[in-house]
Amino acid sequence: MAYCHSIEKDRCKGCGLCVEVCPKEVLEISSEVNTKGYFPVYQARPEDCVFCATCCRMCPDVAISITEEPEAKAAQA
Amino acid sequence: MGVPFKKPEALSDMHTHYCPGCTHGVIHRLVAETIDELGVRGRTVGVAPVGCAVLAYNYFTFDFQEAAHGRAPAVATGIKRVRPDLVVFTYQGDGDLASIGTAEIIHAANRGEKFTTIFVNNAVYGMTGGQMAPTTMPDQRTTTSPFGRNVEEVGMPVKIAELLSALATPGYITRQTVIKPKYIIRAKKAIKKAFTYQLENRCFSLVEVISNCPTNWGLTPLESIKWAEETMLPYYQLGDYKTPE
Amino acid sequence: MGKVLMKGNEAIGEAAIRAGCLNYFAYPITPQSEVAEYLSRRLPEVGGVFLQGESEVAVSYMIYGAAGAGERVFTTSSSPGISLMGEGLSYCAGSECPVVVVNIMRGGPGLGGILPSQADYLQATKGMGHGDFRILVMAPASVQEAVEMVMASFSLAEKYRGPVMILGDGLIGQMMEPVEFPEHLKAEPVNKDDWATNGMGNRKSEKRNLIRSMILDPEQLNAHNLALKAKYEQMKREEVRYEPYNLDCDYRILLVSYGTMSRVCRTAIDQLKEEGYEVGLLRPQTLFPFPEEATTEAASRESCRAVLSVEMSMGQMLDDVERAVMGRRPVSWYGKCGGEVPTPEEVIEAIKRLDQSVTH
Repeated sequence: MAYCHSIEKDRCKGCGLCVEVCPKEVLEISSEVNTKGYFPVYQARPEDCVFCATCCRMCPDVAISITEEPEAKAAQA
Repeated sequence: MGVPFKKPEALSDMHTHYCPGCTHGVIHRLVAETIDELGVRGRTVGVAPVGCAVLAYNYFTFDFQEAAHGRAPAVATGIKRVRPDLVVFTYQGDGDLASIGTAEIIHAANRGEKFTTIFVNNAVYGMTGGQMAPTTMPDQRTTTSPFGRNVEEVGMPVKIAELLSALATPGYITRQTVIKPKYIIRAKKAIKKAFTYQLENRCFSLVEVISNCPTNWGLTPLESIKWAEETMLPYYQLGDYKTPE
Repeated sequence: MGKVLMKGNEAIGEAAIRAGCLNYFAYPITPQSEVAEYLSRRLPEVGGVFLQGESEVAVSYMIYGAAGAGERVFTTSSSPGISLMGEGLSYCAGSECPVVVVNIMRGGPGLGGILPSQADYLQATKGMGHGDFRILVMAPASVQEAVEMVMASFSLAEKYRGPVMILGDGLIGQMMEPVEFPEHLKAEPVNKDDWATNGMGNRKSEKRNLIRSMILDPEQLNAHNLALKAKYEQMKREEVRYEPYNLDCDYRILLVSYGTMSRVCRTAIDQLKEEGYEVGLLRPQTLFPFPEEATTEAASRESCRAVLSVEMSMGQMLDDVERAVMGRRPVSWYGKCGGEVPTPEEVIEAIKRLDQSVTH
């Protein structure tokens, strides 16, 4: 089963809680502001992501989601 | 809830007005997940407080009623008594439940009203700009306790879970928190248990959730998580205080 | 079914059930606790909901919640308890929840006395709570009329989607009179799926309903208030009720009086008639909307020298009477406000004093 991790940039308020709780240190705060004026989070090291969904669980804005990819994608290991 | 992970149906798409890092959003999501999982969105009625969550109804996709400050348990009593088939919950903060509405919550719990209350305790009055709450910690500075909460003058913080668990009427009273993932998982279980008791028509249930308030504590989101864990959790101990069994 | 002898408070409780309202939340307070006592036995018999709340404050929100969920509901209280419901009734008006409230008035202000008064007129008709709203107010003068007004109030509350108040007094609540419950006053069922929070699934709709009065956008709030105002204007056009007494003769003095006080006025009028002295009575049955046109007309009769507002208050209805009389005749008031009901002799005395003062 392959998964896809996506961040809705404009929902993110840049609170940094997900960055703190990610067990693989995948996430970082971006230096590009979003439409709301916040600096949103992004996957700095997506290859390290194990899809544990801890970031999803921590996010107060439900800005992060993980979906299933039925066909194996080249990006996922 | 593991992978895949997406926004529950019971939660709307609207971006919340809550401050960055405020865990109201997490609590909202846990309630919404529970409602989805129990399949009751079509017969749920939420009761919104006066407080930061005054606009809570914008973030859920089911029937909702506004309540006056503190009166949500009375509103919920009215709804549930005349329509016991509806799933009813109140969502309240410190001022709402532990100050102006304390009579209402005690009596609703004591009568064993079959609704569920989510009580968000962040030791301060958020919406009105950070005044002292009955739940404010000793020596904590707020806009109406600028020199720190003086317990000689205004007493110790109120422990709602303990207070309500002293009532003889059966109920489910628990204290949880959502400041870290490990706690979030337990809080979700407690919230689901609370709603399940309602579906079984078993008893009143209240989940007190220790939450943060970065803005009014004057801390960054990460600092506020730390402060909540170090200062609030030792005083407001987590766990089940009463179960109907 | 024929007439039965019933205590006013109990008849009021029974009237709600006969009208089709089976939900009652209340808090005890003299002189109306018998309503709760009666309904605590009666509602379980008919499968209704009875709950004694922890305070009138809580009760005012229980009825708000129940009404918001689309169910008929009512409460009863007395003056100090009604004060506590002020905020809740403002919420009911603002969120458009139909509720019926019965106020069995007692002496005030503050803790006051437990005997009857009419001292909540201004509260009911002008200042029930904060914000721009009015409530429909009806004032019975007998137990039978209380029954009929209570029965009619549920449809009215639903028609206007807001609070309706029956303003009684301790005498109406406590006395026993023969009553019957007219079948035709039973309220028709109303579909509330448009707005009630009765569960999306039950309505088979994806659109959720929201009961709320908070509107932060000033333009929207203004529009909302204009819409509420339109309701009150409609009440003024369609719901005015009053009863004339001895108005088709050449009366010298016009009395304006409602409720229990009006009955004493009738006796005074009857006694004076025997002496050949004519007095007329205009008895408002709705206090909001006040019967302005009828009062103007009655005061304008050529023979009429002056108008006397007779109330068990310090003249709370006086402003409304003066406004209706439009300066055409002198207006005065007579009343007592400690719980004593003025006697016919005292009313006659007041009429004669007024007559003397204007005949110069």
